[in-house]
Amino acid sequence: MKKTLVTFKVDYLQILNEKGDVDSKLMPKLANEDIRKMYRMMVLSRLFNDKMLKLQRQGRLGTLASLKGQEAAQIGSAYALQPMDMMFPSFREHGVYLARGLSMSGLLVGMAGDERGQRVPDGSQNFMMSVPVGTHPLHATGYAWGMKMRKKNVATITYFGDGATSEGDFHEAMNFAGTFQAPVVFFNQNNQWAISVPRSRQTHAQTTAQKAIAYGFDGIQVDGNDVFAVYKATKDALDKARKGGGPTFIEAYTYRMDDHTTADASARYRDQKEVDAWAKKDPIDRLRKYMEKKKLWSKKDEEKLLADCTMQIEAAVAEAEKIPPPDPMEMFTSMYAEPTPLLKDEMDELRGR
Amino acid sequence: MTTMTMVQALNAALRAEMKRDKNVILLGEDVGKDGGVFRVTEGLWQEFGDDRVIDTPLSESGIVGTSVGLALAGFKPVAEIQFMGFDYPAFDQIISHVSRIRNRSRGRYTCPLVVRMPSGGGIKALEHHSESTEALYLQVPGVKVVMPATPSDAKGLLAAAIRDPDPVIFCEPKKLYRSIKEDVRDDDYIVPIGKARLAREGKDVSLITWGAMVHVCLEAAEKLQQQNVNAEVIDLRTLSPFDFEAIVMSVRKTNRAVIVQEGQRSCGVGAEIAALLAEKNIADLAAPIVRVAGWDIIYPLAKLENYYLPDATRVMKAVAKVMGW
Repeated sequence: MKKTLVTFKVDYLQILNEKGDVDSKLMPKLANEDIRKMYRMMVLSRLFNDKMLKLQRQGRLGTLASLKGQEAAQIGSAYALQPMDMMFPSFREHGVYLARGLSMSGLLVGMAGDERGQRVPDGSQNFMMSVPVGTHPLHATGYAWGMKMRKKNVATITYFGDGATSEGDFHEAMNFAGTFQAPVVFFNQNNQWAISVPRSRQTHAQTTAQKAIAYGFDGIQVDGNDVFAVYKATKDALDKARKGGGPTFIEAYTYRMDDHTTADASARYRDQKEVDAWAKKDPIDRLRKYMEKKKLWSKKDEEKLLADCTMQIEAAVAEAEKIPPPDPMEMFTSMYAEPTPLLKDEMDELRGR
Repeated sequence: MTTMTMVQALNAALRAEMKRDKNVILLGEDVGKDGGVFRVTEGLWQEFGDDRVIDTPLSESGIVGTSVGLALAGFKPVAEIQFMGFDYPAFDQIISHVSRIRNRSRGRYTCPLVVRMPSGGGIKALEHHSESTEALYLQVPGVKVVMPATPSDAKGLLAAAIRDPDPVIFCEPKKLYRSIKEDVRDDDYIVPIGKARLAREGKDVSLITWGAMVHVCLEAAEKLQQQNVNAEVIDLRTLSPFDFEAIVMSVRKTNRAVIVQEGQRSCGVGAEIAALLAEKNIADLAAPIVRVAGWDIIYPLAKLENYYLPDATRVMKAVAKVMGW
């Protein structure tokens, strides 16, 4: 006997196309002011990102991973979160951080190489960035599982790239999440490149979304440059998680417009034509076109927004750079709840006793 | 007082801590209905249920990595890695995340979890089931490492580890799981992390050791007594941060130090102790510091295991060397 035991499907969702038109049947409920807020945050994220790249070149910030091109993926998903939901980012999510209420000055302090900037404000349900690729989805799964055990109406989201889907810990996280039906959303920003290695070299699978199938839950691919599709898919997944429906995998199909980080030179390995083609799918242009068509946005609004963003960013830079350098002893004092005798000796040694 | 093996003492500690604090949860492979392959968690699944004694997928990094998230969610996960030789998939989580969370968040987040793992050899086990690689964790700032040598210490140290605000790697010498019994206090007590135990008082030579080797050193000390050598045995109990003060106090008295460890000699815990003694207390020493340790080889299979593990004879030879200097 031979029979088919399992077949699977992966849906694709696009609501806002490149011309700025929406599929009104699929359009999520969003007030005009919500749409404008998302747009403002996307623009702020890009301008803040560009400013950070400039500061890095001037030696005022450390190595930085640009988010350019991924604003819809980041802001659309972050807007679907509730304040009490928990967020575990990788290292490219400053747009998510801003949408979640973290301050630009705080982020700049961290990016300038000061651990104090990594201290998420008390009460803010956001974890620190994770530099080791693909290892933090396990933390999100554990946290979500804990919330489920505590019967809290809280969902958890974790962000990671296409490269991360090749890591063992990512698969262990997916497996635990499926097995224990943890209320977690795996948000994959498939930006097509892991430094110089294309998505095709990470997996032979047609989508990263289908990886969820093997772990017993749904995966969906969304147009990652379409803020409405991202918002809707994420909101549905979070609602499902809160209702006890378990995990969901979202593949936001997008593109890394800049180099991997400020320490990379992508012209060495990818074709400019590819970058140019993706520029036409720009998430910010697309949303502005929509808002202009709907008369939600004017030239004057745009000018005011750009001026406001620039002012906020400059103020944040000034504030961050005003902060005196940290006390070297802080290297030791957060290692343990109480410094060990060895660390006390080393602190004395550093003090020059 | 109840006479207990180390397995029973560990089980008693887990039970008491789970009763004391509802946030304490156990997770690992076969820890539930089966009670763990060594039976350390026996009866706890039946007593506390599936939500607090959790059989997980076979996935060491998954166990420790989700424990990080559970700890962030306010639980006190006590994760079991079935054998120390299988902790390497989880090592990345421990070195890249568990150890760093307090520091890199400047105290906003902490990661108070316990990772238990049966360690060491001497039970004629399969390949990968006998390693004593605790020294690896001494290169990981941000975690603590403990290894009891007696049932009483096992109970008190495990209670201390579970109550500790920082992550603790809890190594359990499996050779000692059932080979010794002693009276263990029934009441609530802890053995403080970071404090050594004077296992035998002596004045001629300090045997500095931990885990299963404590008993090898005690045997050697008894035999040495017949040769009129009065050996002191220091059981470190905690390896990170180890109790250097206790080592110094002993060496100041005896002026001779022999360090006995099960793991390989090179870059082991003993190397750090010897280096610190040489740096800070050379004037207290009347002879070179000698290490007795596992050889720098792959841990052998059962037939040759006894040639690998330090025994009383090797310890006595080392003592003869420092006494005859």
